[in-house]
Amino acid sequence: MKGEVKLMKGNEAVALAAIRYGCDGYFGYPITPQSEVLETLQAEMPWETTGMVVLQAESEVAAINMVYGGAATGKAVMTSSSSPGISLKQEGISYIAAAQLPALILNVMRGGPGLGTIQPSQADYFQATKGGGHGDYHLIVLAPSSVQEMVDFVTLGFDLSFKYLTPTMILADGIVGQMMEKVVLPEQRPRRTDEEVKAQCPWAATGRTGLRKRNVVTSLEMDPARMEVNNHRLQAVYREIEKNEPRWEEKDVDNADYLIVSFGSVARICEKAKEIAEEKGIKVGIFRPITLWPYPIDALEKAAKDKKGVLVVELNAGQMIEDVRLSVHDSLPVKHFGRLGGIIPSPTEIVQALEQKLINPEK
Amino acid sequence: MEIKEIIREENKVYSSPVLLDETDMHYCPGCSHGVVHKLVAEVIHEMGLTETTVGVSPVGCAVFAYNYIDVDWVEAAHGRAPAVATGIKRLWPDNTVFTYQGDGDMAAIGTAESIHAANRGENIVMIFINNAIYGMTGGQMAPTTLLGQKTSTTPYGRRVDLNGHPLEITELMKLLDGTCYVTRQAVHTPAAVRKAKAALKKAFQNSLDKKGTSVVEIVSTCNSGWKMTPEQANNWMVDNMFPKYPLGDLKNE
Repeated sequence: MKGEVKLMKGNEAVALAAIRYGCDGYFGYPITPQSEVLETLQAEMPWETTGMVVLQAESEVAAINMVYGGAATGKAVMTSSSSPGISLKQEGISYIAAAQLPALILNVMRGGPGLGTIQPSQADYFQATKGGGHGDYHLIVLAPSSVQEMVDFVTLGFDLSFKYLTPTMILADGIVGQMMEKVVLPEQRPRRTDEEVKAQCPWAATGRTGLRKRNVVTSLEMDPARMEVNNHRLQAVYREIEKNEPRWEEKDVDNADYLIVSFGSVARICEKAKEIAEEKGIKVGIFRPITLWPYPIDALEKAAKDKKGVLVVELNAGQMIEDVRLSVHDSLPVKHFGRLGGIIPSPTEIVQALEQKLINPEK
Repeated sequence: MEIKEIIREENKVYSSPVLLDETDMHYCPGCSHGVVHKLVAEVIHEMGLTETTVGVSPVGCAVFAYNYIDVDWVEAAHGRAPAVATGIKRLWPDNTVFTYQGDGDMAAIGTAESIHAANRGENIVMIFINNAIYGMTGGQMAPTTLLGQKTSTTPYGRRVDLNGHPLEITELMKLLDGTCYVTRQAVHTPAAVRKAKAALKKAFQNSLDKKGTSVVEIVSTCNSGWKMTPEQANNWMVDNMFPKYPLGDLKNE
C-alpha cells in the first residue's frame, strides 16, 4: 500500500526496494552481515510476480560476473555482499566500470582486514571511493545512514548508474544493514519490457535484432592510442558526475564553532554527541557526506569556513579524513576519532574526543 | 559446357560463411581456432539464430572472437565466461548464449564457474578449445598439458611430482546432472570437421530445447606454442592428445 510505514532491517528493506524498483536480477553469495538480502529475495519469490531473477551464485566472483553479463544486456541488475566478499568482487567491478555498464552493488561493511569480524565497520572507504579494483575508475558511492536511505538509494543508485553508465555502490555498514527502523517502501514499478531495454540501451548485447550492426561489450583495446581515448572517455564521465552529483546533509553548520564530519550510521551517533556538546555550551555543526564519491568538496569547504576545527568520526583508523583535509586545504585543524574492530563509539566518547583533540588539545 | 552454365546457385558446394567477417584473423597459420570459428558462424547462421545469439569470449587467444563472428558478444574476465553467460541467459531466456573457452579458462582459473554453470544446467553451449597449452601468453603449461610435454613453464616436460596430472575436465562435466550433452571432437581432417559441426549443431539445438548445458570440447592444435609445423602439430595431436583425450560423445541424453 502506498505510504505504508513498516518496521524492518536495512538488509530486508534493500531486497524489497529492489523488487519494487523493477530490478531485473539479483546475484549474490551469503556473507554476514548482509545475508538477509538474498534470503528476503528468495522468500519473496519475485520471479513469480515481477519476473525478477534471483540466483545464489557459487562465489562472490561468479555473482559479480553474472551481474556483468546481465548489465551487458542492459538489464537492471545488482549484487550485495560484505567486505571480504566485496574484495572478491573487485575484478568484476573493474570490468563493469571499464565497459561502462550500469549496476548496483551493496557493501554492508564489516571489520577487517582479512576475515576480520562480522561487526560493523567503515574500513572499506578507501576501497569504495578510490577505485578498489585495478585501473583508473570510480564508482558512484552512496552512504546511507538509515533504513529509509537504504531503500531510497536503491532507486537513486540504479537511476544514477543508468544515467552515467557507471556502477553505483551503496556503502552501508553492519549497523544500517542489521538495525530495524520504520520505513516507507516505494510503489511497485513495472520492470522494463525487453523492447524497452533494447530501446533504452542500444549498446547492449541482446542479439542482433533486425540484423543491426553487432554490439560488443568489452574493456579490451590493444592499441594504446585508442586505449587512452577510452580512458579519457571514462574520465570525462567522472568529471560530469563530480559536477552534478555531490550530495550531503548539514545540521546547524552556520552557527557552529566546530564541525563534525561523519558518514553513514556514525553520523546518527554524532547527532546525539552534538546534543551533549551543546549542553556543555559547545556549538557543533554536523556535515554528513551522502555521496562519498563524488565527495562534496566545495560544500564541505564552505561549511568549514571560519570554524575552529573539524572532527572526523569514522569506524576506521582514518580514511575519509584524507578527503576532508583535501576539501578544506588544511586551512584549519582537522582531527580524527575512530573506533576499530567492530566497536561503535558512544556519543560521550565523541564529545570527549572533540574536547581533547580540538578544544583543549594537549600541548 | 560453358563456364556460365557451371557457375549456378544449384551447383554451389561451398561458400564463405555469412557470419564470418572478411577480416584477417590474428590466429597463427595452422591453429584450430579459425576452423572452429567458421563452424560456429555456420551453425548459428544455418539454424537461424543470428538475431538471438550472444557469445561470451574468454581471455586467451579467442579473446578477439568478437572481431570475427558477426553476432553480439560480451568479453569476459579470465575464467568467468560461464558466470557471464549465466547472467545473460537467465535474463534473456529466449536468447541463445554460448561461451568459447580455452583450457586455462575452463579447467584452471574458471573451474568453479564452469562446473557450477554446468551443474545448474544453464541452457548454454560451452565450447572448449583444448590445445594443452597457454597460447596467448606465450606457451605456458595448461591444466590439460600432457605429462612430459614441454612448455615455457615446464621446460623439461610436465612432471606429476612438480605439476600434478592433466585435468580431464570434460570427464568431470559428464558426471554433472546439469549437462545433457558432453562430446569431444577435433578439426584436423575434413571428416573430423564435419563431425565437429554436427556436434555444435546438436549443442545449439539442446539449448533451444532447454535440455541443459552442452559441452563441446575440441581437441586442438597450437603449433606455435608446441613449436611445430601445422602438419607436425596435427600428427602430434593424433599420437599424443587423442590417447589421453579420446574423441566421441561422453554423454548424449
